[in-house]
Amino acid sequence: MDLELTPEQRAIQTLAREVAEAEIAPHAGAWDREHRFPDELYPKLAELGLLGVCVPEEYGGAGGDFLSYVLVLEELSRADAGVGVTVAVHTSAATLPILAFGTEEQRARFVPPLARGEQLGAFALTEPGSGSDAGSLRTSAARDGDGWVLNGAKQWITNGSRAGTFVLFARTDPTTAGARGISCFVLDAEHVRITREEEKLGLNSSTTSDLVLEGARVERDRLLHEEGRGFTVAMATLDGGRIGIAAQAVGIAQAAFDVASRYAREREQFGRRIGDFQAIQTKLANMAVEIDAARLLTYRAAWLKQEGRPHAVEGAKAKLFASEMARRQTAEAIQVLGGYGYTKEFPVERYYRDAKITEIYEGTSEIQRLVIARSILGRGLREDRVTAAPRSS
Amino acid sequence: MKIAVCVKQVPDATAAKRIDPETKRLDRSGEAALNATDLNAVEEAIRLKEAQGGEVVLVSLGPERALESLRKALAMGADRAVLVADEAAAGSDLVATSRILAAALEREQADLVLFGQASSDGDGAVLWAAVADRLRRPLISQVAALTTDGSTVTGKRQTEHGYDTISAPLPAVVAVSDAINEPRYPSLKGIMGAKSKPQETLSLADLGVDAAEAGEAGSRTTVLALGPPPARGESLKIEDDGSAAQKILDYLVERRLL
Repeated sequence: MDLELTPEQRAIQTLAREVAEAEIAPHAGAWDREHRFPDELYPKLAELGLLGVCVPEEYGGAGGDFLSYVLVLEELSRADAGVGVTVAVHTSAATLPILAFGTEEQRARFVPPLARGEQLGAFALTEPGSGSDAGSLRTSAARDGDGWVLNGAKQWITNGSRAGTFVLFARTDPTTAGARGISCFVLDAEHVRITREEEKLGLNSSTTSDLVLEGARVERDRLLHEEGRGFTVAMATLDGGRIGIAAQAVGIAQAAFDVASRYAREREQFGRRIGDFQAIQTKLANMAVEIDAARLLTYRAAWLKQEGRPHAVEGAKAKLFASEMARRQTAEAIQVLGGYGYTKEFPVERYYRDAKITEIYEGTSEIQRLVIARSILGRGLREDRVTAAPRSS
Repeated sequence: MKIAVCVKQVPDATAAKRIDPETKRLDRSGEAALNATDLNAVEEAIRLKEAQGGEVVLVSLGPERALESLRKALAMGADRAVLVADEAAAGSDLVATSRILAAALEREQADLVLFGQASSDGDGAVLWAAVADRLRRPLISQVAALTTDGSTVTGKRQTEHGYDTISAPLPAVVAVSDAINEPRYPSLKGIMGAKSKPQETLSLADLGVDAAEAGEAGSRTTVLALGPPPARGESLKIEDDGSAAQKILDYLVERRLL
């Protein structure tokens, strides 16, 4: 067993940390307050290769491994979790599924602009009526000659207002209400219309949009993977994406720990540094242990994925633990800072708001527990979810 | 143009510094990084190469693990690295270090040798002078802007009263300050490609340097005693209740600083 990062992984981690500390962290507070998507940041990240970390060089990426990508997400999220989710969705939810399920022609056409960061990618699965029950989605893709005509509405689409490429899921078989009737498409921005920008509790430097499809017609070359097998694409994508969200949660918690531990060394009450009090020491020790545990679960899942081994359950465990840990420990960080922690003078209240979403998106904690429980109780995971009719029809 | 850049691995700026009381040397086992102004020298070398063509070779003296720091400069765009790693060189002072680096540079025969102005650990800021002297080459130090036409090099040095502009014929040695440029980030492609760039590790014997001329044996200085830096003097903490500006003013006036 070797828990040492490779020299390349360390170098990539250092690069991401330096970029995050210099280009992101100093502005994160303002972006949060102003609810501003930092358009000027992404060309810089693109130039350094940070928008295609784990994409092979022949498709315009940097050719790093999945763990390197996870390290980058952790560092970006430590500075600004909104930037973290933008890069996470762009990479693991939009670029990687095209790479994994696309034909050679589709990969050559759609992946390089994303991997080089010339445009951002989005993943459009969720609808107003289908969240955890993704298999019940209603957006339709009706046959039209050799192509399809798409109609419907998608909700909470990260990067929606900025993306050039959408990996979008629609029902191609109207006679099946469940997951089997769903297909996956690769669309351009011109195929969708953004209708609304969401107001959120946190992640204010990221964009979350509603969009509609109004008779968008696409050819056969836009179908990703086989017709009717779109749900397989969605589930495999989320299996990998969860590892990225776990890394995001670890990054947020680490940021909170950094502030809390520094504060404990500086703040004096009753004539002593508050870090000299056992109550504060206990908090910091617990934070350090939980962050480490979450990080190790996350790295293990990332390693399994890059080794091409099953990682759905390990990814679910990492995401579940890391997200709940981040919510708990960002709250503890506020507690260490006391009244100051509750104010906007310190960034920990932002970390707390940002952490909450990691328990919800890319599968809620409840769904993660379902995934884990099914692996314990021995029911075929993937098959089971695809065959289950979410609503009796 | 062939440019050699002398670089050094130093303890990371954020790491706590510790001196081993036994060896009286800096503990180098913690997090390490490339010396900050050396990155300015690397950046300047890469810019010259991008504008005029040529080769950028890194030359360093340090332990084997220094290669990891050298890879950062390779990732930025340097072409190859030469590391002199030899147990017998440990503890080298300025005299011994300059002897070893000069031997490594003789081997390279570069048109231009660049240094960072000072290392963040030793902070001597004279090594470049000793190396230039051993190589019998002209030297310009504290350079904040650099140009070359291939036969001469011109450096601008900021002084209290303005700029000195100094020209020297090539081959020459130049020490750059951190004002000269903003070092680039290595790109991910650069990082991935750095491993496959030539990286040579040399012993003292490879350079024809006698072990007795290196390390503590070859040094002309001896560390007699070490002590922690003096505690900060008496300080005054002013909490701002609206009168902080006046209090600071009074403090300065009282000490005849205003």
